[in-house]
Amino acid sequence: MTAPAGSLLAAEELRKAYGPTVALDGAAFSIHPGEVVAVMGPSGSGKSTLLHCLAGIVTPDSGSITYHGRELAGMSDAQRSALRRSEFGFVFQFGQLVPELTCVENVALPLRLNGRPRKEAERSALSWMERLEVDDLAKKRPGEVSGGQGQRVAVARALVTNPRVLFADEPTGALDSLNGERVMELLTDAARSTNAAVVLVTHEARVAAYSDREVVVRDGKSRDMERVV
Amino acid sequence: MSIGHTLLGLLESGPRHGYDLKRAFDEKFGHDRPLHYGQVYSTMSRLLKNGLVEVDGIESGGGPERKRYAITDAGITDVARWLATPEKPEPYLQSTLYTKVVLALLTGRDADGILDTQRSEHLRSMRVLTDRKRKGDLADQLICDHALFHLEADLRWLELTAARLDKLREAVTR
Amino acid sequence: MKAGQWVRDLGMGARFAVTGGREGWVRALLTAVGVGLGVALLLLTTSIPNALAARDERSAAGSSLSHQAPKGDDTLLVADVYTEFRGETVQGSALEPEGPRAPLPPGLRRFPAQGEMVVSPALKELLLSDSGKLLRERLPDRIVGTIGDSGLIGPADLTFFRGADGLASRLDGGTVIRIDGFGERAGQSDAWDPVLILLVMVVFVVLLMPVAVFIAAAVRFGGERRDRRLAALRLVGADSRMTRRIAAGEALAGAVLGLVLGAGFFLLGRQAAGSVEVFRVSVFPNDLQPSPVLVLLVAVAVPAAAVLVTLFALRGVVIEPLGVVRTARPARRRLWWRLLLPLAGLALLYPMIGQGNDGGDFNAYLVVGGVMLLLIGVTALLPWAVETVVARLGSGGVAWQLAVRRLQLSSGTAARMVNGIAVAVAGSIALQMLFAGVDSDYTSDTGYDVSRAQMQMSLPAEVPLASATDRFRRTEGVRAVYPFSEGYVGERRTDPERGTSVLAGSCAELREMARLPSCHDGDVFAVRGAEYDTDTPKLAVPGRKLYFDPTYEGDTKGREIPWTVPDGIRAAQARIGLTGWHQGGFLITPGALPDAAAPALTGQIYLKLDPSVPDAWELALNTAAALDPLTAPMELSATERNDRFDAIRTGLFVGATCVLALIGASLLISQLEQLRERRKLLSALVAFGTRRRTLSLSLLWQTAIPVALGLLLASVVGLALGIVLMRMADTTVRVDWTSLLSMTGVGAAVVLAVTLLSLPPLLRLMRPDGLRTE
Repeated sequence: MTAPAGSLLAAEELRKAYGPTVALDGAAFSIHPGEVVAVMGPSGSGKSTLLHCLAGIVTPDSGSITYHGRELAGMSDAQRSALRRSEFGFVFQFGQLVPELTCVENVALPLRLNGRPRKEAERSALSWMERLEVDDLAKKRPGEVSGGQGQRVAVARALVTNPRVLFADEPTGALDSLNGERVMELLTDAARSTNAAVVLVTHEARVAAYSDREVVVRDGKSRDMERVV
Repeated sequence: MSIGHTLLGLLESGPRHGYDLKRAFDEKFGHDRPLHYGQVYSTMSRLLKNGLVEVDGIESGGGPERKRYAITDAGITDVARWLATPEKPEPYLQSTLYTKVVLALLTGRDADGILDTQRSEHLRSMRVLTDRKRKGDLADQLICDHALFHLEADLRWLELTAARLDKLREAVTR
Repeated sequence: MKAGQWVRDLGMGARFAVTGGREGWVRALLTAVGVGLGVALLLLTTSIPNALAARDERSAAGSSLSHQAPKGDDTLLVADVYTEFRGETVQGSALEPEGPRAPLPPGLRRFPAQGEMVVSPALKELLLSDSGKLLRERLPDRIVGTIGDSGLIGPADLTFFRGADGLASRLDGGTVIRIDGFGERAGQSDAWDPVLILLVMVVFVVLLMPVAVFIAAAVRFGGERRDRRLAALRLVGADSRMTRRIAAGEALAGAVLGLVLGAGFFLLGRQAAGSVEVFRVSVFPNDLQPSPVLVLLVAVAVPAAAVLVTLFALRGVVIEPLGVVRTARPARRRLWWRLLLPLAGLALLYPMIGQGNDGGDFNAYLVVGGVMLLLIGVTALLPWAVETVVARLGSGGVAWQLAVRRLQLSSGTAARMVNGIAVAVAGSIALQMLFAGVDSDYTSDTGYDVSRAQMQMSLPAEVPLASATDRFRRTEGVRAVYPFSEGYVGERRTDPERGTSVLAGSCAELREMARLPSCHDGDVFAVRGAEYDTDTPKLAVPGRKLYFDPTYEGDTKGREIPWTVPDGIRAAQARIGLTGWHQGGFLITPGALPDAAAPALTGQIYLKLDPSVPDAWELALNTAAALDPLTAPMELSATERNDRFDAIRTGLFVGATCVLALIGASLLISQLEQLRERRKLLSALVAFGTRRRTLSLSLLWQTAIPVALGLLLASVVGLALGIVLMRMADTTVRVDWTSLLSMTGVGAAVVLAVTLLSLPPLLRLMRPDGLRTE
């Protein structure tokens, strides 16, 4: 099976084991620009590992991952880090905001890691925070805002670099349904408006319903439901 | 729920008498609603007429005559098609899904696949509802949410079932 | 029931202290080592008075001065012999028993015969070693035994007793005395040098303080984890008093383990103390006996202090079942009371300035209190300084921003960890300065003009000047020999009111002592312009009759040899002589010196040594000893004396470094603990592309900023304390930049080491495994 034409990020035959535990066993994946793909599956099935491999955080034991036609395995750690800094954005379930930095500093962090001056970085950070309706929290620290607000700050941070691919790992896992849906709406709207692809790992159907299609991971194998039917 | 497909599925493991079929059905699926024998009889005649089963033999002697039914190749294909077709997402369909899963297990088919297909079907509906909700007013949102929550409940149950497939397989094939 | 509950809670806490897995153990061990070091130091401190008392006793027992007696069969002739070998003092006695009942000095089993000697173990070791060969030439007698401990003041003493003959002939000269017993009769013990006492006190305060600070920090190790554990206990039904008792139990366990370690450290240290010499003072291990009351006090006070510190730390904390709540945001740190501490310390020390020189006592309480207040002042000022500075730190790179923001949120934790380092550095800077100051006073302020002569020897009457001169000229390492005959003339035979010195020598030699207009053999000069010499001009009247070696009332009869001031006497101008002083009196060339006067003059030899011959000094001393074993030449040079103090300073440096290393270890532990708590965050940061360099740098800044502030403050306080201490000891105030830089350097090295050592775990934690939620 080869990656469908026009895909932004595609993976084939991914294998990854942590010691004796096999996390991925021949998984495949592909996503187009502007597409939202939910990765679903029971816990321990390897969905997070798939996301980590796709994002170049984890190197698979075998298999290929191509981004814009470039093989990720051929890049050095520094190159992959740079790719993540500039092309990818990340939202996790929790523990991602630096507790010492204010919210606006947190959002500006990826830009500053890319070498942008502080003032400028914080200005664009603030405009993203406005879009996610959390600009009033700019001067607060993560410990002083609610879970839903914090997650919106995290989404703003993920989008601040105008990433081509947004990786979201259970982004609503720690939120109630109302907050969760609001975060999903804002996230997908923002992604669509910038034509970014979203890889959304979730086990919640109502979150997955914000996707265009879903990929099911089970026992390290993936199943693209769109192409099966 | 399709009794015909269920009885067909039960026949896959070997030819049975009509009365055996009723007992097997009641034991596995009919916990609260035992099947009336007349229902078995009429269903089997329909299946016979459609060529999905054939009569394997007739036993006579004390009492009524007893036909032994066996499934045909066309019948097996029909069961497979039925299992692979997701149910239309609607409330309270778990009894059908349950039957499908148990039958898949009994006949050695891919039960995970049934779940995945069903989830995909559910998600399709949920996407439509979600989309409508995003564009609609508050009333729309509330109506959609109701449907969404029901669908989600189904899916959760599906996930749970999927997680317990191994145990279920043990229980139904015992 | 109450007591039982208490014991149960404390026991549960104690179990937590040791059952926390590997980290728990490491933490308990570090706490115990810190407490143990403190306990050992405390025990050592408490045994110092006993050790000093024991030394005094031994020194009194060996004293002979108060036993002068007329000759009998129970008398002993003793000559104290003293020499120096490469800067070490070697003290000895020549013994000649005058009868069978002559008193035996302590530590001897029998008298050594002529040509034999009994030596202390340390001296024996030195004499038999390669480096002691030159000394062996000076002390060639056969070694027939070693002096027992009762005859030594300290184990490192270099002491010998040698047999002698014919000492009676030199009773007059004062080098030999006749005694009938040893031991002091009156209870007149020598007062300790107040500067030495000051040093001892400051050393212990300086070493104890960081350990105390460290203990205070150590019992708070793993505080956050402990808080969470306590919260979990609350959840299952422990009340808040119980949790406090359990926390106290944890601290108690570490402290008790520390007591055990401390006892061990003390015993080890005591053995080590036997081989260490501080300021020419060494101590027998057995003399280091802490008094039982003080031991008991330490055993009770240390665990109690640990418990109190824990409870104090928990004072602002409410442990709830679902977590730990810190009551209110801590108030902004205020400066004024923090400044009061060091100022109070200075105030305590100030009145004692200048007391080192006039034999005054230092009030121990004031010294210890003052030094402690100053050092505690560091721990009080540092949190304020860190908070204030960090709050003003501006923007920088991402690494800098991360570090600064973290410090702004928890500057207290950072300051607490650095406190120990700051106190240790401040204390040792002060101490090093004091040592350096005392050191330079003890060594270089002799005032001799060392360039012209480095050694002076007075010859006994039996040794002719000419042959001694000859022997020295043939000694390797001696560049020039200036022989003189020295005497004294008075205006009358007996009890003269005026008198002056007479120096006889060749023209060339006399020119070394004064400016002569011209000189021929047969000339006599009177020196003018010499300091403190008012009699010479009055006596230098041609034809005036003067007497060599006049007799004074109550003294043995002098030779009273008459001499007439010659007509041709000329004036000479004073100059700095070989001794570094203005030589006054009469200068006589050999041709003008009447033969009759010769017995009234003693030979004086000045030696100029060759600095390029490494052992010139020792070789000259050997020649001198061969000429006369009872007379020690005088050293005019002071350059060789530094080594001994170097050793002490090295020791102090090593000690301070060890304390710093211990603190570094605890810094590392808390650093790692903090990293582990931030595992998820670190992984997230890596996920969105944060460079390893950025995070490592931020870690470095996070340690380096508070440590830099700590070192800065420590340097200021250390310098202040050092200057005050030097003023107290009345030594020249001089900043010892080397020690300042080396101590701050060690502090900086600790930071670097901590950062480097926490890098591998950081990089490990930065692996994406931390993102896995399962």
